[in-house]
Amino acid sequence: MTWARKILRVNLTSGTVKEEALNMEWAADYIGQRGLGTRYLVEETDPKCDALGPDNKLIFATGPLTGTTVSTGGRYSVITKSPLTGAIACSNSGGFIGAELKSAGWDMIIFEGKSSSPVYLHVQNEVAKLVSAEDLWGKSVWETDKLLHEKHKDPQTRIAAVGRSAESGCLYAAVINDLHRAAGRSGVGTVMASKNLKALVVRGTRGVGNIKDPVRFMNSVAEQKQVLAENAVTGQGLPALGTQVLMNVINEVGALPSRNMQDNQFDGAGNISGEAMLEPRASDGKPNLTTNAACFGCTIACGRISTIDKTHFSVENKPEYWGNSGGLEYEAAWAMGADTGVDDLDAITYTNFVCNEDGFDPISFGATVAAAMELFELGAITTDQTDGVELKFGSAKALTWCADQVATGAGFGRDLGLGSKRLCEKYGHPDLSMTVKGQEFPAYDPRGIQGMGLTYATSNRGACHLRSYTVASEILGIPEKTDPLVSEGKAGLVKAFQDATAAVDSMGICVFTTFAWTLDNMAPQIDAACEGDWTVERLGEAGERIWNLERDYNNKAGMTGADDTLPKRLLKDAAKTGPAEGRVCDLDKMLPEYYELRGWTSGGEVTDDIRQKLSLPA
Amino acid sequence: MQRSLYIDPDKCTGCLQCEMACSYENEGVFNPSKSRIKVFTFHDEGRFVPYTCTQCDEAWCLHACPVEAITMNKSTGAMEVSESVCVGCKVCTIACPFGTVNYSQDTGKVVKCDLCGGDPKCASACPTSAITYVDADATGLDKMRAWAAKTDSANTAN
Ligand code: SF4
Repeated sequence: MTWARKILRVNLTSGTVKEEALNMEWAADYIGQRGLGTRYLVEETDPKCDALGPDNKLIFATGPLTGTTVSTGGRYSVITKSPLTGAIACSNSGGFIGAELKSAGWDMIIFEGKSSSPVYLHVQNEVAKLVSAEDLWGKSVWETDKLLHEKHKDPQTRIAAVGRSAESGCLYAAVINDLHRAAGRSGVGTVMASKNLKALVVRGTRGVGNIKDPVRFMNSVAEQKQVLAENAVTGQGLPALGTQVLMNVINEVGALPSRNMQDNQFDGAGNISGEAMLEPRASDGKPNLTTNAACFGCTIACGRISTIDKTHFSVENKPEYWGNSGGLEYEAAWAMGADTGVDDLDAITYTNFVCNEDGFDPISFGATVAAAMELFELGAITTDQTDGVELKFGSAKALTWCADQVATGAGFGRDLGLGSKRLCEKYGHPDLSMTVKGQEFPAYDPRGIQGMGLTYATSNRGACHLRSYTVASEILGIPEKTDPLVSEGKAGLVKAFQDATAAVDSMGICVFTTFAWTLDNMAPQIDAACEGDWTVERLGEAGERIWNLERDYNNKAGMTGADDTLPKRLLKDAAKTGPAEGRVCDLDKMLPEYYELRGWTSGGEVTDDIRQKLSLPA
Repeated sequence: MQRSLYIDPDKCTGCLQCEMACSYENEGVFNPSKSRIKVFTFHDEGRFVPYTCTQCDEAWCLHACPVEAITMNKSTGAMEVSESVCVGCKVCTIACPFGTVNYSQDTGKVVKCDLCGGDPKCASACPTSAITYVDADATGLDKMRAWAAKTDSANTAN
């Protein structure tokens, strides 16, 4: 085991909750979490369904290692069809609620239909019931969390919720758990709100046990914790500086996009870097960073706990923001900082708090603001739309105003909540949207890191760095150094990363372990814990199967090879400065080779041969 | 030599590896709610504080127990509960000033930290050395060293 072998099926239309056995044949092929959740979604929904209609389903899935003592073993994913992209959405989160759900005895919750009035699901071990959330609707995630904790008393209760941005239809709303961990991307929170589901409240006191070979398992876990501790990235860089360790590094290699990706380096990078978060500030002598923090079971602890300078304009008269909360991760700091040209650390820490407080994705939000700023500077958006706010690159005031608007869906916040693609279309400049399949880019310029261009173009959930993080190889030399400016060989690299990552995301552990671990380090742990023989080969094959299943879903949703592309800016406009100067992204050289390696048609479709080889559903 | 658990909350990241190690050793499952060491999160202050029994020499729990179910393990110095003797009266949970003896509904007995018989699993699981198992006579040594490092006589001499 350590699958709980139980699913909770919640029909929101009829208000019923029932227990089902987990399909163990599927678990053997798709592991858990991302893979297994996708298998259920594929079986039970039409890929062409309306993402925000009752026919879409919303799946919270843990992995077999979730809730065990394997380092980082607290992950869960939210799987559904994305309202932002129309493709499959699968957003992964840490914190504590995933392990809590497992400890309550459940592998997965499948929400279907739509409730006629706001509800939340309360799970207390084997008892689960829907409860009215009329009094919570219209409240932020943080208020909701507070009220539900007061109501349910037990402080160990874990809560995931959507905020006002999701309720008002922001297309990149997140599910926030444990106050500041997020299933952040692709609008999974928007789907949750569309079902009138406000929150998930979980308390599990049964624990996770049934380890196949306890002695081997505990030894393997201890050994692999040591590997993480001794690695420079997972043992030193991430605990000390968080993912923000990357800000200066990526700027130096000329791959830190700025001003809606017009530039590929940002002068203000140092001011919003991980190092800057350690600098004592003038007003109170305290640094932005208070401490690092771990998710459940994680021995890396890259999480940031931060405060905002009380004298900063964003929080001057708002004592509710003076305490500690979840601080900046690299992608968020890039999107709300470098991409908007804002180098005010307190301002972006404030917008980060607001993203958590009202549940929206800081990457999509920051990138959409950057697009809006470019539209404003072109005159396509004017102060008529923005209540008089000058939406200029570099304006911290404009940025914080935008966050406040999106949080509640007020005024121009509705437009910003559309995401970059729809915003740019609405204001007549579709080319200015820095998106793939409608999802905004994260923090790496594919002109300076070629593999990331292919990563973005072929990612099954639209532009995303977490589907194949070739930055590890191209910049950090993990597991092997490749040249970031060379596109040759990247098709194979991307495929290998995509397949391995799909397996990692399905086990219940964190992808950040892969700075130190490969499947070689994971296989002994899952094999000692779970029934069946789990070899590196089997995990790799499961990863490939999962990747193809997601791709097939997208094909059936109507996507083709034509959707595997990048904005013109990255294909035609050369990088202006730094080591990447003069380069565009050579996507056209990488893509055909990639399709061939995948065994897909030249139009990017999964073939029957591949379906058969990987025993995928028809 | 007796040893004590020494806890340095400044190093704690709130990962709960210690709680899982404890519950696994004592109950055979990974289950923070069954752990005898507890990590408290003070969210607004950004602090994580692990807390467990400090094994008092003059243990209130031991003295309060009417059936002598709590005895001192001479080699480890831990106050241990004998499950077969404990009648579940809970007087020790009232007597303990720190709240580290707790009743278990599952067994009808009380549970507390027993230093795992001299090899506390929380300390070996902790990735940050926020929990260490050190010479009982020198639990203050690390703190003294840290403060000593801050004492710069060269600068204060004039
Ligand atoms: S294992 Fe160590 S760092 Fe983790 S919660 Fe326990 S005391 Fe804190």
